[in-house]
Amino acid sequence: MSMPQSISSVFMAILRRDMLLAFRRRQDLANPLVFFVIAVSLFPLGVSPEKSFLAEAGAGIVWVAALLATLLSLDGLFRSDFEDGSLEQLVLSPSPLYAIVLAKILVHWLVTGLPLILLSPILGLMMYLSSDQIVLLGLTLLLGTPVLSLVGAIGAALTVGLRVGGVLISLLVLPLYIPVLIFGAGTVNAAASGLSVAGYLALLGAFFMLALVLAPLAAAAALRISMTNS
Amino acid sequence: MKVWFYRLGSPKWFYDIAGRCLPWLAWSALLLIAIGTVWGLVFAPADYQQGNSFRIMYIHVPTAFLAQSCYLMMAVAAVISLVWKMKLCDLVIVAAAPLGAAFTFLALFTGAVWGKPTWGTWWVWDARLTAMLILLFLYFGVIALQHAIQDKVASARATAVLILVGVVNIPIIKYSVEWWNTLHQPPSFKLTEKPAMPSEMWLPLLVMVLGFYCFFAAVLFMRTRNEILDRERRTKWVRELVQKVSSR
Repeated sequence: MSMPQSISSVFMAILRRDMLLAFRRRQDLANPLVFFVIAVSLFPLGVSPEKSFLAEAGAGIVWVAALLATLLSLDGLFRSDFEDGSLEQLVLSPSPLYAIVLAKILVHWLVTGLPLILLSPILGLMMYLSSDQIVLLGLTLLLGTPVLSLVGAIGAALTVGLRVGGVLISLLVLPLYIPVLIFGAGTVNAAASGLSVAGYLALLGAFFMLALVLAPLAAAAALRISMTNS
Repeated sequence: MKVWFYRLGSPKWFYDIAGRCLPWLAWSALLLIAIGTVWGLVFAPADYQQGNSFRIMYIHVPTAFLAQSCYLMMAVAAVISLVWKMKLCDLVIVAAAPLGAAFTFLALFTGAVWGKPTWGTWWVWDARLTAMLILLFLYFGVIALQHAIQDKVASARATAVLILVGVVNIPIIKYSVEWWNTLHQPPSFKLTEKPAMPSEMWLPLLVMVLGFYCFFAAVLFMRTRNEILDRERRTKWVRELVQKVSSR
């Protein structure tokens, strides 16, 4: 029997393994990003390409598209590990499941959330946002997308053993995403109308902290339930 | 206390007690709702601003109360179910979720009907309305998850986790009218102060609220009893019960 490893070494090991796995399947990495860009470009085509409309709604459109792109990628968060049995080993391991889940969420954010943030300035330009608004949009996404990954992990963990996973995750997670969306897009709109954004940013930060502390706990509990079920 | 707690965990004990309470609850619900309806719709004075349209309050406020209370009750049951693995709580959650969804829908619907004459629109995207809509979505999520997992025990535990995660929404609904400047008016009842309305208006409302709570409890007990029978159908006492009823 080997000694239980320290939490940080477990965390780093999971991080390295999942990053490696993610980069072995590059197409899966690109899909949410392509979806993000296409979804944003649907709005000028479907609603109105007018500059006045896009400048006003642009931040909200980018936020909604980022939210949906994250949602689409959630199903894969635990599924492949579940199918090849490694998730069961992770749940059984003596290391705290909180750290393991947090590492997997971090990888999910690094491969979906972070690229979305890096792409957002280009889409902001296409939506005729001013440079201040684009910076602010990136900032709100930086605070908001980790919350999306963290909360989404709960939904992914609850549905990992189920065949209907994909649609069910949206149903479970979207209501919980709404506050993040409201304050994320609201920040940029408040700045556009000359209001102070400090309160909005503080609230987004508070969401992030709350989710960081509690979401991995809930996701770990949900994983244990899903593993006993299967 | 401990014995009482263990007894509560026994579905058979709850089945008997709930069956004994049921007629009382059902009759008091009928009586209170009947009195409240007639009092509120016929005898309460018309509002000096809204005329008679405010009378839908006598349905709207109780349903909105119950929509939130039901979720809170489910959350308490979820904690008990996760911590003490009490089977009865799982059954209560299964029985309560569709009820809560129905009351949330009714609160939104009556709110829309009330909003049309007073605000001039069926719907506004203000904080309290949006939060109630999120609550409805949460109920839908809970119901969907319940049905998606075949194994009853795992389904109950997964649902309990989801309910607890959704609890963050309840304080947002409760305080939305105080935190933000919304079109929706501040709460009509507070425990600490007298209501701003004249007593001829809020007394029937109080009667209606009590009546709706009795109605909710009655329906919840009926549904939970059904769930108990279904879940315990292989046990001896349910078989004896069925035999007794069918031989009558």
